[in-house]
Amino acid sequence: MFAYYLDLALRSLRRNKVFTVLMVVCVGLGIGASMTMITVVHVMSDDPLPERSGQLYYPHIDPWPAPHGRSTNPHASDNLTLPDAMNLLRAGRAPGQAAMSGAAISIHSEQPNAQPLLETGHYVTADFFSMFGVPFRAGGGWTHADDERHARVIALSSALNRMLFGDSPGIGRTVRVGDEDFRVIGVLDDWHPQPMFYADVNGRAFGRSDAFFLPLQTALDLKLDFRGSLSCHGDGGDDRTTDRCTWLQFWVKLENPKQVSAYMQFLADYWRQQQAHGRFPQSVDPKLYRLMDWLAYKNVVPGDVRLQLWLALGFLGVCMVDIVGLLLAKFLRRSNEISVRRALGARRGQVFLQFGIESAVIGVLGGVLGLAIAELGLWSVRQRPDGYAQLASMDVSMLMGTFLLAIGGSVLAGLLPAWRACRIAPAIQLKAH
Amino acid sequence: MQIQPIFAALRKHRLATLLLALEIALACAVLCNACFLIISRVQHTHVDSGVDESALAAVKLTGYDPASSVDLNARVLSRLAKIPGVQSVNVINAVPFGDHAGTAGISTDAAGKHFAGVVDFYVGNPGSFKALGLQLVAGSMPQASDAQPLDSFVPKNATVWVTRALAEHLWPDTDPLGREFWTDQFHFRVGGVLAHLARPWGGEGGPSTIDWSVYVPAQAGRQLAGTYLLRVNPAESPRVLRDARAAIATIAPDAVVDSKNSQTLGTLREKYFRQDRLMAGILLGVICALLLVTALGIVGLASFWVQQRRRQIGVRRALGATRSDIVAYFQTENFLIVSGGIVLGMLLAFAINLLLMQHYELPRLPLYYLPIGALSLYAIGQLAVLGPALRAAAVPPVEATRSV
Repeated sequence: MFAYYLDLALRSLRRNKVFTVLMVVCVGLGIGASMTMITVVHVMSDDPLPERSGQLYYPHIDPWPAPHGRSTNPHASDNLTLPDAMNLLRAGRAPGQAAMSGAAISIHSEQPNAQPLLETGHYVTADFFSMFGVPFRAGGGWTHADDERHARVIALSSALNRMLFGDSPGIGRTVRVGDEDFRVIGVLDDWHPQPMFYADVNGRAFGRSDAFFLPLQTALDLKLDFRGSLSCHGDGGDDRTTDRCTWLQFWVKLENPKQVSAYMQFLADYWRQQQAHGRFPQSVDPKLYRLMDWLAYKNVVPGDVRLQLWLALGFLGVCMVDIVGLLLAKFLRRSNEISVRRALGARRGQVFLQFGIESAVIGVLGGVLGLAIAELGLWSVRQRPDGYAQLASMDVSMLMGTFLLAIGGSVLAGLLPAWRACRIAPAIQLKAH
Repeated sequence: MQIQPIFAALRKHRLATLLLALEIALACAVLCNACFLIISRVQHTHVDSGVDESALAAVKLTGYDPASSVDLNARVLSRLAKIPGVQSVNVINAVPFGDHAGTAGISTDAAGKHFAGVVDFYVGNPGSFKALGLQLVAGSMPQASDAQPLDSFVPKNATVWVTRALAEHLWPDTDPLGREFWTDQFHFRVGGVLAHLARPWGGEGGPSTIDWSVYVPAQAGRQLAGTYLLRVNPAESPRVLRDARAAIATIAPDAVVDSKNSQTLGTLREKYFRQDRLMAGILLGVICALLLVTALGIVGLASFWVQQRRRQIGVRRALGATRSDIVAYFQTENFLIVSGGIVLGMLLAFAINLLLMQHYELPRLPLYYLPIGALSLYAIGQLAVLGPALRAAAVPPVEATRSV
């Protein structure tokens, strides 16, 4: 029966080619535009560390008087002050914890007369590498002891290593940062979590990667250049060491719900304890964000992209209403044929199925066209200057999604016309002609 | 032209009519809002920065030892001034469309109780006012004595120049000259008002705050070093920037030129608005596709109706209706359906606008967008229905005598 209906559908579509092309173009345009934007949003809201993200948390404790005296930006206090970060780090209540900040340094290689390289990376503490599962091509990270004694060590990305030392890892060799020599103790494999969740993700979270990692305490000691926002309140200038300026990111690893609730308790206790010292004037309200919740809270997907998604979905809506109208016209035009089939004994359900299959065939054809349009759209997205542009490509699930959306959409659009078609009374139509 | 028979015919096709009207309504709503978004983006890219962009370039250095910044300033200022085509070199903390340097919340009282917004401070040495080409609308030009040494990112107690937009925000309808404002322990007194001075990097409060800048004259020194404002002959700016890089490599080998921020202001502006232009382009593409799909829908349904009514058209022709009567019939029918769609579409357009206002700092949709959207949909409708209507007009009167 199915094969017969499919045959009928194909015959009917071939009979009026212009109409068929109109409908396929409609479905294709709608599906193409919406799948382009759905894919972009999908890759942007993807999990940057799929195996570990469930255990990574960002503690948020707000030291500022409310409402934020200096800024209308609700994210101004998302970062930690140096004293708070160091207190949480030293307390060591979680199985893993690390403080970090964006970094920009000029690196001189051992070669004489070489131009210094201006590179961006991160200043981090020891647990960073084990907590995030950073893969190393050679060597590794540093220890807590290195942190404490402000060791002059550095881990390089494979790209920077290649620039400085060629293809072999430069473990044990030195690079010059400012006036200090740093020993290379690790060379990373390719590791580019997107979005770069551990960075200060205000505004740009995509398309960046770190060229090096260096101990945070060492950087503070040597007064190296920091990157990222520094928000201060009250008097006392903008010194990074004060308890009035927030600028550090902090991540903890918590393996089970018990540890999570214990850490929440610890944060609340810490807040109260600080209140006793005259800090944290707001009422005790610590937060612990899971990695994916943190990205949602930080609005990693830019407003423009979300707006484009809504626009594309609105466009799909117009296309679908269009298809309903066209299918209705097409089906009712065949009232004659339907009434003959009904008079010959076809049940309503069978007529309904026949037209349902015809709608699905249009959906498949529209899906193929939509896929081509979406690939074209994604190609044009990749030409954009934004950091996320390079991520915009389809994976298998999006490919399947395209067809599901196309077929589902057109079958849904076909429901009403098919229902109207199967309601045609056999006798009256036959009499009229 | 009688409308009565058209209504009677449409009543027979209630569902198809409703669908077409619904499609027009959706298209109208998306069209009005997308047009509005395009216009706001394009207006945004035409913002007046208040400075002589074509004659300005910035050079930003990093990586140098902060202890040597006074010496660095002296070397860079004297060396860059010698490059042919350079009219002046000044030290400044930021330039429009570059990275922001001094962003702070201000209050209109010393205690910090009356928070008045977040502004950007441009801190420059005395010559930078003239070099920027700032336009004074009230007060006096900064004097050499206004430039103070810096201990922090701004002087403790300074005479400053604010933009007209900021002055109107802080002290509506009063003379801003001599008024005071504070940020933490820093105290400022307004010495003059500028026509425009765009913030380096947008503003937290959306496009309306882009002009909330404060110009502070100060002495170059440890707290004001590393970013240089070059006033150049516009035609020679690419060569001047190349020469400047080469010169810096010899006089300050430690320093690294920050390529992203060392550009002419024209280039910085182009980069700054790239995203907005791109978005406007995408919206334009969506509008075109939307109108195309709407037209396709109208063509499809109208063709179907023409096909279905061949006999009736033949009868009308046989009874004396002219071809133009038949065309007019279909065009009037389309006009009525589109009218219905537009009424619904305008309500929908406002609903969508309200939603957008909540989520994306957008102003209210101006009313004049609605007639423009309506007119374009009428035009699309009439154009799309013309083909099927002409085909209907071509139906010969003899069709009336044929059965099916």
